[in-house]
Amino acid sequence: MFNADTWLPPEVSLDLCIKCNICVSYCPVAEATDLFPGPKYAGPQAQRFRMAGQPAPDLSVDYCSGCRVCNEVCPNDVNIMEMNARARAALVAEKGIPLRNRLLGRNELLGKVGSRAPRLANFALHNPVSRVAVDALFGIAKEAPLPRWSTTGTFVDWWEKHYPHRLISDKKVVYFHGCATMYYEPFIGKAAVAVLEHMGYEVIVPPQNCCGLPMLSNGEFKAAGKLYDNNLRKLGPLAAEGYDIVGTSTSCTLTLKEEAPHLLDRHSETTQALTHAVWDIFEWIRDHEDELPRDFIQMEMVIPYHPPCQYRAHRVGRPSMDVLALIPGVEVHESHARCCGIAGTYGYKKEKYDIAMKVGQELFSFILEEEEHHHTEFNACDSETCRWQIEHGTGQESRHPIEILAAAYGLYDLETRTTL
Amino acid sequence: MRAIETEILVIGGGVTGVGVAWDAALRGFDVILVERRDLAHGTSGRFHGLLHSGGRYVVKDPVSARECIHENRILRRTHAHCIEDTGGFFVVTPEDEDSDYPDRFVQACAETGVPCQEMAVSQALRREPRLNPRISRVFRVPDASVDGFQLTHATAQAARQAGARIFTYHQVTDLLVAGGEGDVRVVGARVFDAVRAEEMEIRAAMVINAAGAWAGRIAGMVGSRVDIVPGKGVMIATAHRLVNTVINRCKWPSDGDILVPAHTVSIIGTTDVPVADPEDLRIEEWEIRKMLAEGEKLIPGFARTRILRAWAGVRPLYRESAVTDDRDISRKFTLLDHQERDGVAGFITITGGKLTTFRLMAEKTVDRAAAHLGPRRPCITAETPVPGAEHGPYWLGHRLREVEDGRLQNQLICECELVTRGMLESAARLNPTVTLDDLRRDVRLGMGPCQGGFCTYRAVGVIHELKLGHGVTPDTEGSDWRVADLQSPAGNPGRGRPPVSGPEPVSSLADHLYDPNLLLRDFLQERWKGVVPIVWGQQLKQEQLDRLIYLSIMNVDHLPDAGLKSPLSDFYGVDVTPNDVLEEPHD
Repeated sequence: MFNADTWLPPEVSLDLCIKCNICVSYCPVAEATDLFPGPKYAGPQAQRFRMAGQPAPDLSVDYCSGCRVCNEVCPNDVNIMEMNARARAALVAEKGIPLRNRLLGRNELLGKVGSRAPRLANFALHNPVSRVAVDALFGIAKEAPLPRWSTTGTFVDWWEKHYPHRLISDKKVVYFHGCATMYYEPFIGKAAVAVLEHMGYEVIVPPQNCCGLPMLSNGEFKAAGKLYDNNLRKLGPLAAEGYDIVGTSTSCTLTLKEEAPHLLDRHSETTQALTHAVWDIFEWIRDHEDELPRDFIQMEMVIPYHPPCQYRAHRVGRPSMDVLALIPGVEVHESHARCCGIAGTYGYKKEKYDIAMKVGQELFSFILEEEEHHHTEFNACDSETCRWQIEHGTGQESRHPIEILAAAYGLYDLETRTTL
Repeated sequence: MRAIETEILVIGGGVTGVGVAWDAALRGFDVILVERRDLAHGTSGRFHGLLHSGGRYVVKDPVSARECIHENRILRRTHAHCIEDTGGFFVVTPEDEDSDYPDRFVQACAETGVPCQEMAVSQALRREPRLNPRISRVFRVPDASVDGFQLTHATAQAARQAGARIFTYHQVTDLLVAGGEGDVRVVGARVFDAVRAEEMEIRAAMVINAAGAWAGRIAGMVGSRVDIVPGKGVMIATAHRLVNTVINRCKWPSDGDILVPAHTVSIIGTTDVPVADPEDLRIEEWEIRKMLAEGEKLIPGFARTRILRAWAGVRPLYRESAVTDDRDISRKFTLLDHQERDGVAGFITITGGKLTTFRLMAEKTVDRAAAHLGPRRPCITAETPVPGAEHGPYWLGHRLREVEDGRLQNQLICECELVTRGMLESAARLNPTVTLDDLRRDVRLGMGPCQGGFCTYRAVGVIHELKLGHGVTPDTEGSDWRVADLQSPAGNPGRGRPPVSGPEPVSSLADHLYDPNLLLRDFLQERWKGVVPIVWGQQLKQEQLDRLIYLSIMNVDHLPDAGLKSPLSDFYGVDVTPNDVLEEPHD
């Protein structure tokens, strides 16, 4: 949470570094490739040599995946990842942004365009010929786990149909679906609505747009700022009225909570109100545990679970694990792997794909060992791009914990990913 | 005893001395310079790094102001790579608002020819966002940031290329005198070579005393009285740059009113305390508190910012008669021809002045020497770039850029200041090295936030390999120091793994003084000395980690040969006598 008394701009937090190297020894990217010299070098050390108005001296910072493992392990609270993100933004401001990164930053636009004719879009993008072409033309790795557009309509298409039948209640909660649920995985949103309504809440789905994270992580701060400000206009009034805003994409919720305001220097009262209103859905459910119905069905399953880097960056413990543990018969095994490697759009990039796969290896091995020992059918992860990467790296299907919770109430089919 | 001869013997390897050697050698004189420690070990390496525009002196000392702006323009050409064109602001803080000084300042700038332009406060704040937003006026002047180590070394290199011989770690033990009553003549000096542990005589037609704050002692060897009031000034450096422009308070010059961006840090200075002994570099607690308080007026939050280090330097202020406040002694330089003054021929003292005006001081000094020795070629230092100037002006990111371009990340010995193994080896090979501190002045080893925590043991290992002769080819062009290139990661590429047996040991490493444990202990002690006065907060945390590395893991307190001492071991000692000067003394 932002605290004006204690918060330091990332550039100033470099003074907190005592060079202990803990971040270097944990950084999964530095371990996978020499192209990234490590968080200490790229963050607090390089920062002392950067200066506004001068050419950006270092390019290797672009190999930081932004996973935040460094921030997580730093004993001195250095904002390493933010420092790197800002350095990348300075690079982009100076050298311009490659078309590829511009595309990857605009996942909302891509989602929208593809959703007009999803079957055609899926065919156009997901055939081997076009993947080779996209690889060669844009530098998007041909093997990378790009998502498929939903062929059953967007989330909002469904919501509009569901709207007349929604649960009306005095207890209300706002749902932030994010782009992935909107265009690729509407079933995640349906599961979320099912669970929230089962808890007795009326769900509000306000107009909203991309949280801006893909642009932030590709260094397009100005465009990301516009997206953030749009969301602030749309969600700010709800936050001011005291509504909680929950999201099923942990990276979207983290961006709204702190990443965007920190990186973009937005510290107004409305910003802070939004910051305080936004919850990751399981963080919120755990906080409302007394309202959580216990009419679970017996599940009898082992679920290997990976808490995504972006979720760990919320610094709220493991809410999904805490909640799933309430389901009788469900045994959740935590991965303890540092990162799946994809880090948003990082692993899609041709020159970074191999690094991302190498980074993900420790997680993939864990999932595969679990499969072997416990005959697991699904693994679970709260972040969409991580799920796609895990499926790509292991061949095992991945589910959002909200799908598992919905299934535990008998509201959802885990196989077909449909609400019942 | 070895004896050598020369025309001009220069005593003192600070910027003034090397400037004199450079100028004299360019004019065709045979020159030897002796320095008892490393070049720039004294005041030239212990200041805040400001290349004056003259703005500071326009009201109080217009002659100095004129000299400064004149020399400022010259050095930007001749020593381009030692200078960062930061520009300077003179700002009026709320404390100084009721004064007529700003208007007098503008007037005096116009009179002395120091370019000065008032700018909108908002514009200044956009450029320097951390500046106190409550300042009411800002004037822009051509101040700059200058690296005193590099300036001195580059000038010394230029002197060598012009034929001068430069002997570091050669201490003058006595002046050689000829003649008698009424006809005394200085004919050279007896010198102790600390590296080879031998005495030698250097005979010269003219001895030039450029010993700075120590000039009184040298003059005293022939009974000439030169009253130098060593004016101690304390400076502190922040762990990273807070500003990219030199910030001055627009007021009558006083303590702690200059903040200079120097390489990766910002330096605030200074105090001004007369001390009896120029070696008395003790830092009082009130001096630190004062620097923090004054810094706070320029940059809100300064007092809570991480401080890296504190150090003191001594101004060589020349006193002609009793003056109460040090700063009222002129900052103009003083040239004393002892033949005219004391009847001691063959002996000139050059003292006072400022780093910014060193070239001018040297020119005037050599003019005087030439008047005695007979004229040679005219002075050309103002038009002669020193080696390295071709690299162009310094910019902050250059080391990082070169490490990146050359993919030298795995060659870093000092990670904070981006010193590669190649840079360190070149420095040790090309410059006489008695302590790691000598290498620090060459390449900035250990000058970052961890203050030697991670590089000291690495550097000792690298030096030890050189000493054993493993893996590095001795420099065949040993006569060329390549000082500017030493700053460059790209100019000193790494050489990968050293072969098991290699060429000859490197001879620039002092023989009888060499001991890896001593190198380690000396440098740790030297770094610690500057950290002790500011060891709180995050720097205390840093020192705790450094302590664990050296005292717990390496047990350096109990390494063998604890009795060994280098010529500087005592100098690095920290004075632990209780300090009774808790408040700023008033008299």
